[in-house]
Amino acid sequence: MTALARTASGFDVAAIRAQFPILSREVHGRPLVYLDSAASAQKPEAVIDALGDVWRGSYANVHRGLHTLANETTEAFEGTRGKLAAFLGASWPEEIVLTRGTTEAINLVAAGIGHGLREGDEIILSQMEHHSNIVPWHFLRERNGVVIRWVPVTDEGVLDLEAYEALFTSRTKFVALTHMSNVLGTLNDAKGLTEIAHRHGVPILLDGSQAAVHGPVDVSAIGCDFYAITGHKLYGPNATGALYAKGDWLERLPAFMGGGEMIAEVSEEGVVYAAPPHKFEAGTPAIADVIALGTALDWMGAHVTPEALAHEHALAEAATAGLKAIDGIRILGTAPGKGPILSFVVENAHAHDIAQLMDRYGVAVRAGHHCAHPLMKRFGVTASVRASFAVYNTAEEVDAFLDALRRAREFLI
Amino acid sequence: MQTGDPVIESLVDEFDFLGDWEERYRYLIEMGRALEPLKPDEHCDANKVQGCVSQVWLVLGKDGEGKLLIRGDSDAHIVKGLVALLIRLYAGRSPAEATAIDAREVLARIGLGEHLSPQRSNGLASMVARIRSWAGEG
Repeated sequence: MTALARTASGFDVAAIRAQFPILSREVHGRPLVYLDSAASAQKPEAVIDALGDVWRGSYANVHRGLHTLANETTEAFEGTRGKLAAFLGASWPEEIVLTRGTTEAINLVAAGIGHGLREGDEIILSQMEHHSNIVPWHFLRERNGVVIRWVPVTDEGVLDLEAYEALFTSRTKFVALTHMSNVLGTLNDAKGLTEIAHRHGVPILLDGSQAAVHGPVDVSAIGCDFYAITGHKLYGPNATGALYAKGDWLERLPAFMGGGEMIAEVSEEGVVYAAPPHKFEAGTPAIADVIALGTALDWMGAHVTPEALAHEHALAEAATAGLKAIDGIRILGTAPGKGPILSFVVENAHAHDIAQLMDRYGVAVRAGHHCAHPLMKRFGVTASVRASFAVYNTAEEVDAFLDALRRAREFLI
Repeated sequence: MQTGDPVIESLVDEFDFLGDWEERYRYLIEMGRALEPLKPDEHCDANKVQGCVSQVWLVLGKDGEGKLLIRGDSDAHIVKGLVALLIRLYAGRSPAEATAIDAREVLARIGLGEHLSPQRSNGLASMVARIRSWAGEG
């Protein structure tokens, strides 16, 4: 398949790439082929500029000043909350808590939910969760004696829905599942998973770290109680992200961290908390980064079109077809409709060796357990190689990836 | 301080003879393949070196004269080569000799210095720390 055929829709990948300065650099004397966007996406010029623009043009602390810079900065900062609400399909901006990412969002929910849980209460997770959606719940197991029950993953890399439904008991208090696996690329049926949880009267959180990058998310249509995303995978700055919480959930959850910005009144006797979402946003936030996250969402709105998403899927499919033509490769995750995330193991070669050698050929892929130990165990491997695709990748890079993999494999076998 | 050490000089000579990174990596991997295999029960948690993305085992001992005995293994080819390199570097030395070795400098001299920087996840620094601490334990 030629580059031309893959971009028949008129999607101009060259115009996208030109906006990412880092993509023109070299690694070990070869052009960089960056296939690790599932770990973190590179940043377009607009986002890089936005950070500088805040610090150069209008910066002050948010929410408390009465001067012009404070007002301008607060307006831009709160503007990101509005953009996040629109990006996720929330009903209003007050359903959005600004967090340092998915990890903080899930910790916030787990800590809050945990207050009401007792020994023997049950939480449902799946075998394909990232550690950020496992460890906060293990805290509740350790501290409250909560029991974690696991939705099994099929050989194809799909959640076993019958088994999921069968896990619900009268003690089930919460469900937390990923919308898209960061290893398998499987896109879970968010709406279906939510309906099953709600049929049993149990609230559900969805981890949207990967799914929100590769397709539109509409939390109102999904109906979930919580949805967590992270900014640095959305072409935005590090240490930004959001928790969507439906309706009055933020009223019901206790505050997470204490400090400035999250209070209405503090006395020697006690505290009156600020109204949500500010109740959950203690301390001075990453102001410029949050504003630049708004820029990243604008950028995605303009550039991550259905054609762009089709492009990255086509790249992943071409890479998958190429992998199948190489001997001794086992692909982890073959679910229909999966996202552009491609994990595999190479017979008789450690993932670490493969990634280290591919780096020498200029190709950046991930190797390891991908923060998903239970999933690795499920598939009987200790590590895998992962190539992940973004809108800025090209057909030529798929060829470079396959070529580097062949050479790395020959090197080792 | 390390110039003149016959083991180090012969390693440097061997790697000097090799050309680009591909040849050096191939040689390293060959060194790993030539290692004497560990017994199954030596692949135990006690011998496992923490801090490596791949699995690494080091079996450390001392002979009658107190000199270091080292054997090792890894499930990754390149890392196994690094294990073999460390064995060449440290085995048969007295504790005093072993702790005097600057492994980082030796690796740099043979063009593999990138492997010992702390941010690398291959755990070479952890392996060196394990060997040095064993050597220091009298």
